[in-house]
Amino acid sequence: MSNPPSGAASFVKTSVKQPYIWAIAALVLLLIINLIKDPSYLGISVNAVTGDLSGNLIDILRASAPIMMIAVGMTLVIATRGIDLSVGSVMAVSGAVSMEFMHDAGDGSLGSALMAIALALGISAFLGLINGVLVSIVGLQPFITTLIMMLAGRGLAKVITSGQNTSASNEFFRWIANGTVLGFPVVFVIGAVIVALVALLVRRSALGLMIESIGINPKAARMAGIRPVGLLIFVYILSAVLAGVAGIFSTASVMTVEVAKTGFSSEMDAILAVVIGGTSLAGGKFSLTGSVIGALLIATLDKTIVFLAIPSSATPAFKAIVIVAICLLQSQRVRALFSQRRARTSTPRKEAVSA
Amino acid sequence: MGSRVGDSMRLKDEAGRRQNEQADMAATEPIVEMTDISIEFPGVKALQNVQLRLYPGEVHTLMGENGAGKSTLIKALTGVYKIDSGSILVSGGPRQFSGTADAQSAGISTVYQEVNLCDNLTVGENVMLGNEIRGAFGINWKKTHQAAHEALVGLGLGDLDPRQPLSSISLALQQLVAISRAMVAKSKVLILDEPTSSLDANEVEGLFTVMRRLRDQGVAILFVSHFLDQVYAISDRLTVLRNGEFVGEHLTRDLGRSQLISLMIGKDFETLASLGSNRRRDARESGEQPFYSATDLGRKGSIEPVDIAVYPGEVVGLAGLLGSGRTELGRLMYGADRPDSGAVTIGGKSTEVHSPVAGLATKIAFSTENRRDEGIVGDLTVRENLILAVQARRGWARPLSKREQKELCDKYLVELNVRPSDPERPIKNLSGGNQQKVLLGRWLATKPQLLILDEPTRGIDIGAKAEIQEAIATLAEEGMSVVFISSELEEVVRLSERIVVLKDHRKIGEIINGPDITADTIVDLIASDGAEAQGVEAFEPEPAALASEGSVN
Repeated sequence: MSNPPSGAASFVKTSVKQPYIWAIAALVLLLIINLIKDPSYLGISVNAVTGDLSGNLIDILRASAPIMMIAVGMTLVIATRGIDLSVGSVMAVSGAVSMEFMHDAGDGSLGSALMAIALALGISAFLGLINGVLVSIVGLQPFITTLIMMLAGRGLAKVITSGQNTSASNEFFRWIANGTVLGFPVVFVIGAVIVALVALLVRRSALGLMIESIGINPKAARMAGIRPVGLLIFVYILSAVLAGVAGIFSTASVMTVEVAKTGFSSEMDAILAVVIGGTSLAGGKFSLTGSVIGALLIATLDKTIVFLAIPSSATPAFKAIVIVAICLLQSQRVRALFSQRRARTSTPRKEAVSA
Repeated sequence: MGSRVGDSMRLKDEAGRRQNEQADMAATEPIVEMTDISIEFPGVKALQNVQLRLYPGEVHTLMGENGAGKSTLIKALTGVYKIDSGSILVSGGPRQFSGTADAQSAGISTVYQEVNLCDNLTVGENVMLGNEIRGAFGINWKKTHQAAHEALVGLGLGDLDPRQPLSSISLALQQLVAISRAMVAKSKVLILDEPTSSLDANEVEGLFTVMRRLRDQGVAILFVSHFLDQVYAISDRLTVLRNGEFVGEHLTRDLGRSQLISLMIGKDFETLASLGSNRRRDARESGEQPFYSATDLGRKGSIEPVDIAVYPGEVVGLAGLLGSGRTELGRLMYGADRPDSGAVTIGGKSTEVHSPVAGLATKIAFSTENRRDEGIVGDLTVRENLILAVQARRGWARPLSKREQKELCDKYLVELNVRPSDPERPIKNLSGGNQQKVLLGRWLATKPQLLILDEPTRGIDIGAKAEIQEAIATLAEEGMSVVFISSELEEVVRLSERIVVLKDHRKIGEIINGPDITADTIVDLIASDGAEAQGVEAFEPEPAALASEGSVN
C-alpha cells in the first residue's frame, strides 16, 4: 500500500522478504481449508440486475473493513512505542453518538446521517486528543492512559444511550454498511480509500520517518530536533478517528448500537492484526500493508470459524492457536533456528564484512 | 595514538611491573588473574590483550576514561561478555563464568553504581536474599534478621535496623547494604563499579571505612572511580586502561597524579612536538564579534556557571577528565539540557537555547558522545539518518524530495568517505567510525554556524579518526565555529585555538594555544588545581566534586 509495486513480479519479490509473508501464507491456507470443505467456497456470483458481487470472499472484505480501520490507527500508535487500548470503546461511543442522533432526529434524511457521522467522528477525535495529551504532555504511560479511556469510553457510550441499545432507521447510513459501489461493499471501498489516504499522508510526507524515529530511538530523535508532542497527539487522534469510522461501519450494518458489545475486545483484533503484519510491539519500523493483511486474515479467520461450525465456546482457542503459530513463525529465534538448519546443510557462509 | 608509542610504553610498564612484583613477594598468589584478554564487538575492539591481577587484601583501582574498557573488563570477569581470547584464572584454576550469578556463587560479587536491590523489601531481607535461614516451617525470619544484623555489624553498620524498608535509607547506605549482601554470600572478590559517583563526602568516608575493613579481612576489592582524590585515598594498586588496551599496572604510592593523568589520556610526545602549534592563530582582531557567547551559563547539579565565547572560524577545545563537566557544557550550549542560569548571545542577538529544536534554529548543531543512545536511529537507513535533522527543521509537511535526499547523500557520504557508501543500508550495520561520519554528515547538512562535537573520535579506528580531525580543521577554515570535546588531550591541543579547561563541574582556566602549549600544560593545570587535597593524609573531597549528584554519567 505504501509503495505501489511497479510490476507484479517485483511485488512478489519484495513481499517474500516481508515479515507478513506468513500472514499471507496463513490466509491462503485458511481459504484452502474452506475450499476443501466446500469446493464452491471461493465462488463469486454477479447479480445480473444490480451488478452486485456476492460470495464468501466479498463477505470477508465487508467484515474486514472495521478491523482494517482500527489496525491502521493502531499501527501508527504502536510505531511510536505506544498502544491504544481504547479503540473498541471509541467504536462504541461513535456508534452510540450516531445512533442516538439519528434516533432523535427521526427523519431518516441524508442530512441527519451526515450530521451524525460528523458528530461521531468529532467526539472520537476529542477522545483521541485526550489520549494524546495525557501521553505526550503529561507523560502518562500509553497503556494506562488508554486503559482508562477504554473504561471511560464504554461508560460514556452507556451514558449517551442511557444504557439502552439504541436503534435508528436511515437509508444512507444503512447503505454504508450494506450497499455496494461497482459491485463491491461500500464499507470495503471506503476503508480501502481511507487506508490509501493515510498511507499517502504518512509516506509521502515526513510523518512516517519522524514516527519511526521517535519509536526507534526517542532520545536520538529529540537530539535531531524532532518534536514528539505533536506527533504523538496526531497518532492518537488518528487512531481514535479511525476507530470512530469503524464504529460507524459496525453499527450501520444492524442500525443498532449495542453499548456493551459494539467494539468489544476489538482492540485485541487490532493489536493482533498489527503484530501479524510484522510491526514490532516495541515500536519503530511499521508496515501499513502488513496491518491490512493482518486485518484481512482476522476477518477470514472469523468467517472460517463460523463456516467450519466450530462451537462458539472453542472459537477463542482456535483463534489463539492460529495467531500463536503465525507469531512463532515470525519470531527472530524461530527464524534463526530455521536458517541455522539451512546453514548446516549448505556450506558455511562468511559473515558479512563490515567495512 | 601510534601503536609504536604504545609498545614502548608497555615495555616501560613491564619494568614497572617487575618492580612491583618484588614488592609483592610477601603477598600470596593473586586470587584473580586475567591474562591477554581480548573482546571484539562488531566494528570495535573493546579489549585488546588486557591484564588484570587481584590480590587478596588489596584495593585495586581500575582507571581509564570513558570507553577505555573498564566495564567491559568487569563484565568479562563476571562472564556477562564472552572473551575472544586470553585466560581467566580464579584461585589458580581457569574459570569462565556464565553470568553475574555464576560469578557470585564462586565468590566474586559486583556492586553497581545503580544499586541492584529490592526497594520494597527490608534491609535485612535484602542482605539475606537467597541466603535466608530456613527452619521446619519455611524461612525463619527471626534468625534471618539476626544473621542480617550480624552481617551489618561485621561492616560496622550495627546502627542499621534490618527491619527497616530499604527505600527509607539513603542511597549511600543502600550501597553498603549491597556490600553486606555480597559478604553474606562469602565473597572473596568484591567489584565496586563507580560506587562513589552519587555520594557526598561523609558517605564516601563511610564507604571507605567499610572497604578498609574488608580489605583487612583479606577480601580483594576492585574499585572503579574517576575521582582522582578518592583513588589516592583508598587504593593500593591500580591498573590503567586506554582505548581497550592495557597501559600499565602500578602501585598507587609510586605514581604521581600528573603521571597517572597522562597514562589515562595517553600522550604521543613526538606528535605533540610537531603539531602542538598547528592551529594557533594570531590574537583576535579587535572589534570582531563572537558568533556565540554566554555568561554564567550553568545548570544545577550539572555544571557551575561558565563564561564562554566562540568566534567564527575558531575551534575551542573543552578539556578535562571524565566527569569534569565538558559534556555537560556542550549539552547546555545546544539546549540538549535546559540551562537554569546564564545569558546567551548568538550572532549579536540575545536568545535563549533551551531545547535541541531551539539549538538547531539558531544554527547550532551538537554531535553527542553517546552515539548509540542519542545519535543514531539504528533501524533506519543511512539516508534516513543523514537527512533526519534537516527534515526536522523543515517540518513534516515539507518532505525532502527524492532528488534532494540523493544530493545530500551523495555529497556527505563521499565527502566524509563513508564506507560502505550504500545509503539504503541500516545504519546499525555500519562500523562505529562510519556511523560517526554519517552523524557528522547529519549535522553538517543543517548548515550550522556552530558545531559542537562531543568525543567525535572515540571508539573508532585510527584511520577514521584522522579523517574526522581533518574534516574539523577544514570546516573551521571555511568559517564555521567549532567546540571540540575530547578525552584525548593531544587531540584537543592539536585542533583547538583556545582551550577551556574544566574540572569537577567548573571551569578552572582558559588557555590560548601556542607553540609552548602541550597536553602537559593542561595536565599540570588540572593536577595543580587538586594539589591542596593531595598533601592531606586524610581524604578530603572537594565540595565541587560532590555537587555532582549522579550527573557524571
